Amino acid sequence: MSGGSDKRDSAGDVVIVGGGPVGHRLAQLMARHGHDHGGTLTLLEAEPVRPYHRPLLTSVLDGGLRLDALRLPQVPGARCAPDTTVTGLDRVRRRVRTASGEEYPYDTLVLATGAEPVVSPVPGIRTASGRLLDGVTTLRTLADCARIRGDRIVVLGGGPLGVETAVALRRSGRDVVLVHRGPYPLDRRLDATAGDLLVRHLTSLGVRLRCGRSAVRLAPGELVLDDGPPLVWDSFVCCTGVRPRTRLARAAGLAVRAGVVVDGALRTSDPRIRAIGDCVEGSGRVPGPLATGRDQAEALAAALTGHPSTGRRPADVFRPRLAGLPLGVLGTPETAAAEVVTYSDPARGRYARVSVDAAGRVSSAVVVGLPEALATLTQLFDAHRPLPADRLALLLGRVPAGRPAAAAATSPSDVVCHCNNVTRGALVHAWHGGSRGVRALAGATRATTGCGSCADEVRRLCAQLSVTEPAPAAGPPADEGVDDTYDLAPHPGDRRLRHDRAPVDREAALP
Amino acid sequence: MSEPIPSPTAPDGPVATHCPYCALQCGTRLRAAGHGDAAAAAPVAVEPDDFPVNEGGLCQKGWTAPSLLRAPDRLRTPLVRDASGRLAPVSWPEVLDTVASRLRAIRAAHGPDAVAVFGGGGLTNEKAYLLGKFARLALGTSQIDYNGRFCMSSAAAAGTAAFGLDRGLPFPVTDLAEADTVLLAGANPAETMPPLMRHLGRAGALIVVDPRRTPTARRAALHLAPAPGTDLALALGMLHIAVTEGIHDRDAVDQRTTGFEAAWRHAAAWWPERVERVTGVPVPLQAEAVRMLAGSRRAYVLTGRGAEQHSNGTDTVAGFVNLALALGLPGRAGSGYGCLTGQGNGQGGREHGQKADQLPGYRSIADPRDREHVARVWGVPPGRLPGPGRSAFELLDRLGTEGGPRALLVFGSNPAVSAPDAARVTRRLSALDLLVVADFVPSETARLADVVLPVLQWAEEDGTMTSLEGRVLRRRRAVSPPRGARSELHVLRELAVRLGEPADRYPEEPRLVFEELRRASAGGRADYSGITYERLDAGEALYWPCRHTPDGPAHPGTPRLFLDRFAHPDGRARFQEVDHRGPAETLDERFPLWATTGRLLAHYQSGSQTRRVPELMRAAPEPTVEMHPDTAARAGLAEGDLAWVQSARGRVTARVGLVPTLRTDTVFLPFHFPDGGRANLLTGTALDPRSKMPEFKVSAVRVVPAGHRATRENTGP
Repeated sequence: MSGGSDKRDSAGDVVIVGGGPVGHRLAQLMARHGHDHGGTLTLLEAEPVRPYHRPLLTSVLDGGLRLDALRLPQVPGARCAPDTTVTGLDRVRRRVRTASGEEYPYDTLVLATGAEPVVSPVPGIRTASGRLLDGVTTLRTLADCARIRGDRIVVLGGGPLGVETAVALRRSGRDVVLVHRGPYPLDRRLDATAGDLLVRHLTSLGVRLRCGRSAVRLAPGELVLDDGPPLVWDSFVCCTGVRPRTRLARAAGLAVRAGVVVDGALRTSDPRIRAIGDCVEGSGRVPGPLATGRDQAEALAAALTGHPSTGRRPADVFRPRLAGLPLGVLGTPETAAAEVVTYSDPARGRYARVSVDAAGRVSSAVVVGLPEALATLTQLFDAHRPLPADRLALLLGRVPAGRPAAAAATSPSDVVCHCNNVTRGALVHAWHGGSRGVRALAGATRATTGCGSCADEVRRLCAQLSVTEPAPAAGPPADEGVDDTYDLAPHPGDRRLRHDRAPVDREAALP
Repeated sequence: MSEPIPSPTAPDGPVATHCPYCALQCGTRLRAAGHGDAAAAAPVAVEPDDFPVNEGGLCQKGWTAPSLLRAPDRLRTPLVRDASGRLAPVSWPEVLDTVASRLRAIRAAHGPDAVAVFGGGGLTNEKAYLLGKFARLALGTSQIDYNGRFCMSSAAAAGTAAFGLDRGLPFPVTDLAEADTVLLAGANPAETMPPLMRHLGRAGALIVVDPRRTPTARRAALHLAPAPGTDLALALGMLHIAVTEGIHDRDAVDQRTTGFEAAWRHAAAWWPERVERVTGVPVPLQAEAVRMLAGSRRAYVLTGRGAEQHSNGTDTVAGFVNLALALGLPGRAGSGYGCLTGQGNGQGGREHGQKADQLPGYRSIADPRDREHVARVWGVPPGRLPGPGRSAFELLDRLGTEGGPRALLVFGSNPAVSAPDAARVTRRLSALDLLVVADFVPSETARLADVVLPVLQWAEEDGTMTSLEGRVLRRRRAVSPPRGARSELHVLRELAVRLGEPADRYPEEPRLVFEELRRASAGGRADYSGITYERLDAGEALYWPCRHTPDGPAHPGTPRLFLDRFAHPDGRARFQEVDHRGPAETLDERFPLWATTGRLLAHYQSGSQTRRVPELMRAAPEPTVEMHPDTAARAGLAEGDLAWVQSARGRVTARVGLVPTLRTDTVFLPFHFPDGGRANLLTGTALDPRSKMPEFKVSAVRVVPAGHRATRENTGP
């Protein structure tokens, strides 16, 4: 993305075809940067509703959000025309024609037409007239979500969309069967160990899996597989991939292969026309990861408005939403990594395989069940930064040792009271000088008088000293037990650490 | 510590006052030996009071504050730069005449806005008030602002927009102890306000949002460590989770707020996995934090400088306020949102007119009715009040430039150390025709001055301070000031008279100034009209607003705001439509690390006070840069080495401290040190568009061993 290379490219009147998240993002960023060349900004969307957050469709399926909560913010200064299907382009006169016969002139046209679902050619999935069988739907739009009904759901296809859909529908309390041809869901992304953990997670959620099975025939309310009993359904959700929506570009004579062909500046074969998102050739290996489309929208918005581009190189991060299972895939697993770190603790649902290049950076990774490691690795991978030398601490998500607040001071130079910088040695000295209690030590050293959190430790120290070093006969009386000035409440425990402090499995494989 | 608080007026008894430093304003008692000149050299003893905020506690700064009264280089005489360039002693009449005549000359030649004033959040209410009045009337300048811009201005802007009123904590500090859960976003009170931890320690659970594992974070049940500059993404994501999990308070949102839908449309884009990628905070921890807050009967969301000191600081605070509103916390007894104000009088200092756009009582200088009220109290036609001036950094950046101020009066601030891009600000200060600094020690800014005016410090003066909880407190004189030092109130009066103002317009008795402040604030948002020295001296705990009630019983003050209604005309709180954007700078190969700045336990602000306390200097003697051991190793540095930290603006020399809990992409520098150790040599000048807060918390830097040659070659102009 050479976003900054064509600065001051006078964008003029900009028309964006496609009001999905990527088209909307472009419009939003152009408005934010200042689409200030006096041109107009128009967003044309074929769906009859205003732009919405497509990635949140699963939040509708699982009952978390109502349909209307998905709507994207209005873009100030942009004209947004929903229910407007573009039927053709006049590249000579630079006009967009719509189904209703309207024309929109443009100086710059952006195709953000997205992708369309591929319906699996299961025999029986369409009626004689070619329509999908009643109760069968793909899952790409709000309207698709609204079509899902009944309690018994069969999801066909164990790719990212199929898995997320199955999880979301299961979370809403439905009976869900996921049918997948591969050995386990997401098998194009995950190795067998990670796949195994995913299967266990899905099973624990109550998603029934039929892996290694093909759909043989679909009849109303029934799916016949190549093996085993048929599955009964109220809704049949077809999640068998998407393909770039290129009809418009193709009809206009633009270069199209599987998707619209663009150069590094997202220009199509017509320099007046750009393309971004899922309609673009090679946009993501598995079409659909929005991050790529977002990155493209950001780069193009910067280029069209002369705004400095962030210059961030989009990294390939796959992070599906799986209801409690932290799972992520960074990059493409390679065979020739300089170093491979593997951690496998299947009994606790944890696995990581990290390939590291010669410069110590993540070249690819698969991480399951290690939320902190996944978050940190993703940041390092995105920023192309080297891994910490302590790989184990990274994978365990451990806070490394160093200045632990809770650890008791043992050497005379250890600070007990941080607020007043009082060492153990100073307290021992004051004790010997006759300060035989928390309050007396506070008077002598100021320990415990700041935040008060070291009072327990000072009390323990007093107890310890009075056992090991009996008080001199003439010493002043100790004052323990009469001191209610100080906050003696123990600290709240470090809940996160406690949670993660499951005993480290020494047998865990750490090659 | 159970003995009763002695009457502040008891002869020879200890004097009840407050610590000179932070906004917690711990109660203390001072005991000075002897009287008059004999006392001037005698030691002063301090004891913590059993005051509600500190409950008999004090941190090391508070315990050692009396030694500030005996600072060996205490300013004791006015100084004027002589022909040879040295600051030489002169008499008070002489210095006042000199300053007044030069101000008159500059004003005559370049107009009233050629003279500017820079105040401070440590000044008493009386001084802040009179300084604002002096600027508007005696100088006739619009060019006045103060260092509170660098402190909590983002929280003030966001709080005002959300609630219609900005009081740091709209509830007493002691309420926090009753909480089940407290979220601290970008605050480290275990170091910056230790006695506050007494209250937080009693609360059920702490959630700390901070890129660093600070002493506060170590005491948290849950520590969320977002990448520097991504706090707003986290706040948006937490709102997202509250809504998608259905655990937000729909009734509170419906009945007490407006604007939820519009705010949600932005938060909708911040689903947990996306937030994780941007912030580095794992999805389960985000969810856990939201569940802890939503599942609490009593919960608070508090912000500090870590959320506020960004070029999107106001939006970031608004993001956390939105979260609090969605959970129904503000306006509910035992729950709420608050800002942990930093400076001693950071609250009162922002209410009484030393801010470019404000008049006393938190009134607006642009509002005709507000202008009319204040002008009436001041006995001038409203047209005599100038309009709004430049914000702090914008003001400093124009000093000595074409069309910018040519003279600056500094009261209670040390911008040569505390302002962003400190080298640039120092150049601007040096470009002035006249720099006058009123201080009690020779601060780094005072050393640049043409005229230095020795003034009083905390234990030598009377006045009021307004703490972070909006409670008005009496600061009391316990010791005699050194001969030669005069109060700021006196200085302002003497200068005003020399500039042609009537003397009675500038009382120098703090009590009289406060009486006038009461009238000026009456009917304003921060209404002090019902507060008197008598009521405060009688031990009343008075929180503003506290109205004057001539006919009825005395107004009891307002410890808790918003319980019935918010301060907007419709009584509702407003969600703000905010979206995340990153810091002004991005990391690149030249500057691959984030530097973030902050405070240490042993020091306060620019350090001009605490660096003069030997015990504190022993605890934290020199500039340090904390970094992860890997980061140090890659730079060829080890613990204790001297490093150069370089940004596009400047270079700091600091001692390396290895901190294994730091992110490998982040280094931390305290900003308390002078000269080549000024962390603000690194910080940038990107400002928040609403609050004009500079971006102190994120600067792109690189780190090399001190003396490294490649640095010089790579350094751009």
